Amino acid sequence: MPFISNTDQQRHQMLEAIGMTMDGLFADIPQELMTNSLNLPKSMTEQQVRSHLAEMAGKNHIDLTCFLGGGFYDHFIPAAVYSIVSRSEFYTAYTPYQPELSQGTLQAIYEFQSSVCRLTDMEVSNASLYDGGTAIYEAMMMALRITRRNKIVIDDSVNPIYRVMMDSYTQNLKIELEQTTSIDGLANREAILDKLDDKTAAVILQNPNFFGCIDDFTDIAQAAHEKGALLIVSTYPISLGILKTPGQMGADIVTGEGQSLGLPMSFGGPYLGFMASRKKFVRQMPGRIVGRTTDRQDRRSFVLTLQPREQHIRRDKATSNICSNEALCALTALVYLSLMGKEGLKETAQLCADKASYAYQRITAIPGVEAHFRSKWFFNEFVVDLPCDAADVVAKLIEKGFAAGFPLRRYYNDMENSLLISVTEKRSKQQIGLLAEALESVL
Amino acid sequence: MKLVFEKSVPNRRGVRTSPSDVPTSINIKSELLRGSTPTLPELSELDVVRHFTQLCQRNFGVDTNFYPLGSCTMKYNPKVADRIASYPGFAHIHPLLPQLRLGGMLTQGALQVLYETDMLLREITGMAGYTMQPMAGAHGELTGMMIMAAYHRDKGNHKKTVLIPDSAHGTNPASAAIAGFKVKTIPSKDGVMDLDAVKESLNDDIAGVMLTCPNTLGLFNPHIRQLCDLIHSVDGLAYYDGANLNAIVGQARPGDFGFDIVHLNLHKTFATPHGGGGPGAGPVGVCQRLVDYLPVSIVIKRDDGTYALEYDRPKSIGYVAPFYGNFAVVLRAYVYMLMLGAKGLKRVAENAVLNANYIRHKLKDYYKIAYDRVCMHECVFSTTAKMAENGIRAVDIAKALIDRGFHPPTVYFPTIVRESMMIEPTETESMETLDAFIDAMIEIAELAQSDPEKLKAAPEKATVNRPDETKAAKELDIASL
Repeated sequence: MPFISNTDQQRHQMLEAIGMTMDGLFADIPQELMTNSLNLPKSMTEQQVRSHLAEMAGKNHIDLTCFLGGGFYDHFIPAAVYSIVSRSEFYTAYTPYQPELSQGTLQAIYEFQSSVCRLTDMEVSNASLYDGGTAIYEAMMMALRITRRNKIVIDDSVNPIYRVMMDSYTQNLKIELEQTTSIDGLANREAILDKLDDKTAAVILQNPNFFGCIDDFTDIAQAAHEKGALLIVSTYPISLGILKTPGQMGADIVTGEGQSLGLPMSFGGPYLGFMASRKKFVRQMPGRIVGRTTDRQDRRSFVLTLQPREQHIRRDKATSNICSNEALCALTALVYLSLMGKEGLKETAQLCADKASYAYQRITAIPGVEAHFRSKWFFNEFVVDLPCDAADVVAKLIEKGFAAGFPLRRYYNDMENSLLISVTEKRSKQQIGLLAEALESVL
Repeated sequence: MKLVFEKSVPNRRGVRTSPSDVPTSINIKSELLRGSTPTLPELSELDVVRHFTQLCQRNFGVDTNFYPLGSCTMKYNPKVADRIASYPGFAHIHPLLPQLRLGGMLTQGALQVLYETDMLLREITGMAGYTMQPMAGAHGELTGMMIMAAYHRDKGNHKKTVLIPDSAHGTNPASAAIAGFKVKTIPSKDGVMDLDAVKESLNDDIAGVMLTCPNTLGLFNPHIRQLCDLIHSVDGLAYYDGANLNAIVGQARPGDFGFDIVHLNLHKTFATPHGGGGPGAGPVGVCQRLVDYLPVSIVIKRDDGTYALEYDRPKSIGYVAPFYGNFAVVLRAYVYMLMLGAKGLKRVAENAVLNANYIRHKLKDYYKIAYDRVCMHECVFSTTAKMAENGIRAVDIAKALIDRGFHPPTVYFPTIVRESMMIEPTETESMETLDAFIDAMIEIAELAQSDPEKLKAAPEKATVNRPDETKAAKELDIASL
């Protein structure tokens, strides 16, 4: 039997040793609740399952040249990342409850927390959350606890994939979730200031935002603080190789999706939510946090800390229900950042910006294609208006071998001809040129 | 050991980025830039590989040795599942692809994995439909409780209270609370949720019950069907926390017990790696009358045999994840189920329960057993009165096990047992391993009498010895800036 070590003979031996029968071991389950047999496919050997799954994997077309982004990106991943995170001492362990057997995981989480703080210019970070969307939700809940208020203002330039998640999560809670409509690709100052009042717990913004535009929220941070509200900023970690940080802008809580830091796209997961904040808010932070300490022999050691915030101690009064997080993905991000180093991350961010800028020039030079926003500054994504329905154009370009971008009408009613195009350091000048030619040919 | 930042050497590089092949070099205006490079380490690839290899040598996984961490189901994780998850055809699919027109046809293999996993889990648990979105067990709990809230809202029920046994994982009350419910804790009787206490608590405000079966004491509640019926009698819903499904997988199904909502921990029962604390996956299954409330989207199979994402779900609670959940984790669980089949899964529960009872039987003369009766997949011990007299606590037993090459059991949980040690061996462990562990536990029990100070000094062989947790919280240092 696969993955079960004991032989039938040993099973008999063990049953004999304890003086029981197998039926006796299950005697607490009423007979009428026992299942006779499950209707499952016949079991497969490793050889069979590998060939079966290779065939299924073959039905996924990964040969398209990818200009799809929307918060999830096709970045380059150095081989050493996979080698390191494939060490089973890391990946077959669990939450580091026993620090003596978990110094590897614990130190790595401490280093991950440190890296997140260094990237975002914040003071404290946790061990990870599920993804960028649940990270915003947790940040919102944290802001409600800190301010003891119940109103949240969110701009529609925040990733709509996350905003629809927020709609679900706030359904059963008494939270006023108010949305502002961005103007020309940037957060709507006027509307945000208008909605900011002494009931507002936080303003939630994103930089670079969903449209790829780069903003500076320093003014909004000030306005929020004057009203006693917090600023939550969702960010894209690769961009922080060059862009002004949320910390520099005065953000109170920073979240983000860490997939771009060495994690494959894997059809949506596992990904990596991260969160950082000012130190004074740490006791309201959700999730695991690793702290540095010393052991009985005064050696540097790491442990899970501030556990009284957590569900296993506080139960229904906990800061969050999170238990398992995305530890192995956090390790992946840490290894990626350690390999890239300060220069590597900066160069990667600059390459993304340069290639996107080139793509922008090529694509907006096509007759009939216009830039959607006047705002000149974008990171590695931009929005163009096509002369016809963007979804139709994308469908035609799939046939030509391109995942050309994300048609925005799905989330923005008035943007039916708008296409969000994303460019990473993996795209070559030639691929960008071919996309521009193909796009022109189908218009 | 030094931090990765402390090993940094100026100008050392781990990755050489490719030169730019585009003519543009964009100068973003300086007000929008950070002005300095982030203070990440500067290391060679070898430096990085050594650093993390040395770190992993300071770690302990299932592959290292026996890891009987109760309630966590630390079974062996088949390598073939990891291999398959790394197939480029799965690892490199952009999640937005099926949301493009014609894009669904480009991801048929991935959609099939999600669809068939749904079907397999339905059959294994007796439920009518699943969502794969929840990214961990607790996330599944929250999703399930949001479904419970949506059901009551839809029916116009103003029910606010959820009953939870005192032996429950902390995530249960936490999840219920953030879904907007009040929690009422029900005491245990003979180790399981007290049926009379449930009866006394029943009223129109009861939205449902949330429980694990078998529970965290490793005990199966023989009145489980009646309990679900009682909850249904006030139009409440019964929620099954699948953390302990390994005890009954292939043998009995929560749907048949009367549960309306189920979450599964694929990283427990279905053998996906725990990753040092995630990623996991916590699919949620529901009975027929709750299918409409499942998150958007779900995978359907069309008449022509192709697979598609269904978004038109007006009663749905919405999205709980950005896409389709932790796909690569679901994929590993799918591979595991295909390899085991019905007979294999039945064997899982048999061996998990046999291994736990073997340990229970062999250790009950040396440690105080919380409930002296047949257990399911795990058993709970505590220190004996004599050990307590010598000042020996569960933590000392745990640390002594580390010196003997074993991962300790879960200690101090469940909280309703004093000085508890919760041992879950799982089905993958052999009799030889169990015997070695039993011998170590007996030796430790004897040392607790003959040389208790030695136990209090443990562990001697680990890289660190009882780090100071109070100091960690007091002098809070959680990032090197």
